[in-house]
Amino acid sequence: MDTVILLTLTGLGLAALYFLVASGLSLVFGLADVLNFAHGVFLGVGAYGTWWAAHNLPGAGSDGFGFVLAVVFGVAAGTLVAVLVELVLIRPLYSRTIEQVLVTVGLSLAGVALLQATWGADARPFPRPEWTRQVTGILGANVPNGGLLLIIAAVLVLGAILAFLRWTRYGLIIRAGVENREMVTALGIDVRKAFTLVFAIGGAAAALAGALGGVYFGTVSPGQGGSLLIFAFIVVVIGGMGSVIGSAYAAVAVGLTQQFVNYYGTSGLGDICVVALLAVVLLLRPQGIAGKVATA
Amino acid sequence: MEPILSVENLSVRIAGLHILQGVSFTVAPTGVTVLLGRNGVGKTTTLRAIVGLTPPAGEVRGTVRMGAQSLLARPTHRLVRGGLGYVPEDRCVFAGLTVAENLRLAERRGSTPAYDKVFALFPELDRRGRQRAGSLSGGQQQMLAIGRVLLNDNRLLLVDEPTKGLAPKVVTEVAEVLERVAESVPVLLVEQNLAVVRRLARDAVVLAAGRVAWTGDAQELLLETALTKSLLGVGSAEGHHPAGTPAGARKDQH
Repeated sequence: MDTVILLTLTGLGLAALYFLVASGLSLVFGLADVLNFAHGVFLGVGAYGTWWAAHNLPGAGSDGFGFVLAVVFGVAAGTLVAVLVELVLIRPLYSRTIEQVLVTVGLSLAGVALLQATWGADARPFPRPEWTRQVTGILGANVPNGGLLLIIAAVLVLGAILAFLRWTRYGLIIRAGVENREMVTALGIDVRKAFTLVFAIGGAAAALAGALGGVYFGTVSPGQGGSLLIFAFIVVVIGGMGSVIGSAYAAVAVGLTQQFVNYYGTSGLGDICVVALLAVVLLLRPQGIAGKVATA
Repeated sequence: MEPILSVENLSVRIAGLHILQGVSFTVAPTGVTVLLGRNGVGKTTTLRAIVGLTPPAGEVRGTVRMGAQSLLARPTHRLVRGGLGYVPEDRCVFAGLTVAENLRLAERRGSTPAYDKVFALFPELDRRGRQRAGSLSGGQQQMLAIGRVLLNDNRLLLVDEPTKGLAPKVVTEVAEVLERVAESVPVLLVEQNLAVVRRLARDAVVLAAGRVAWTGDAQELLLETALTKSLLGVGSAEGHHPAGTPAGARKDQH
């Protein structure tokens, strides 16, 4: 029983990581029709930004408020990079899908290369509070605190995004834009501002995933964003392009599937099962769990 | 009277198809001007070009002016904020949003939304504020689409086939509303239902194969059964309520 609880909670931790990456990816695609292959760069910037700040930023560190400050710095850096990418590289290419894909794929490769050139290709130990290295006993299972932190963060981010979409004017614009971007424009709204905003939200969530992923894995490496992005894309497709709630459900399905199958089957079989799950969803419900809606 | 809208030599090419080939016409500053023509002649393309919604891959040439202002180079949201209201074909309400949210989205910064006016015209929208727009009937969705535009002051309304697919009773309701709306703001209307055209339109522009085939008095056009049949493929007396006093048709342009 305690094994099942442990697998469930570590699976949910992994799901939380996928959700943080996929939520922004999904909103960006749902609203702006941009398949952002450079989304992993935002995660990398968030992770390295946190790592750098913990060592170099006055007041920041690996514990207590210092760690919070380091994470805030990493998230701010990831958000800034996401906004710049949208304004400088993506905005001139809206409605030019092939060029967008080429630019974002190129940027993802260049971003990893830049991180490698600056801080080396090897994984580096991530500065993290001592309590995140410890475990908490839950119903007989010793669950890593780093995973619990990820779950709490993902739930808070999910609540914040849903509240933003539900209660703010820009949230309303994004929900409407996911349904019919052209009609939003025809109501006199400059939808490009909403594009920048979803890039900022997506960048912030991905950067947070980078920072907390560093805590979860204990290390940070330049290629981390790219490998997580593959599963985030699977989550987005299964959840439904543009649906934050759908991404949450899909992330849980993917995280739990990977964790349980890898444990009870052979290592790596979980990844194959996730791809099989994607194929089943595409065959039976191509629009994903939630279809193209920005909320539930 | 100076026209509120003048379209000169408007050409639109999309995906290699030359849909509009030098269309020119004007819209009077009062009343309803109707844009007529068979299916596929470019009526919707004309409205979408005016409001800046031609697909990015499309090519638009010519001149479109609202008053002294040139429209073609400006982005859609600025045109709409400048008083060009657009009610698209097939309503395009946001199905996942509630009726109230659809209306709230249409509010423009810097102006007071005229909810009283909209709810006076469409009391149903007030009662169904919390209902998802996707669950409304076709007629209710059309009312929402028109109500959304009427929340704001407009200098000109572009309305694309507002009665398409609606039950006869709802068609009458929509026509009544447009009639009242047109008392205060000019309307450029695309409409296939000749009974509605007869009720609302003062001027008519008929398109054929991407060009203007006829302009003039709408009521006179509808009296000319042979002309109506040749231009629109349907006689004005065939299944559509015939007009009243014959006055003859005027053929201004080919």
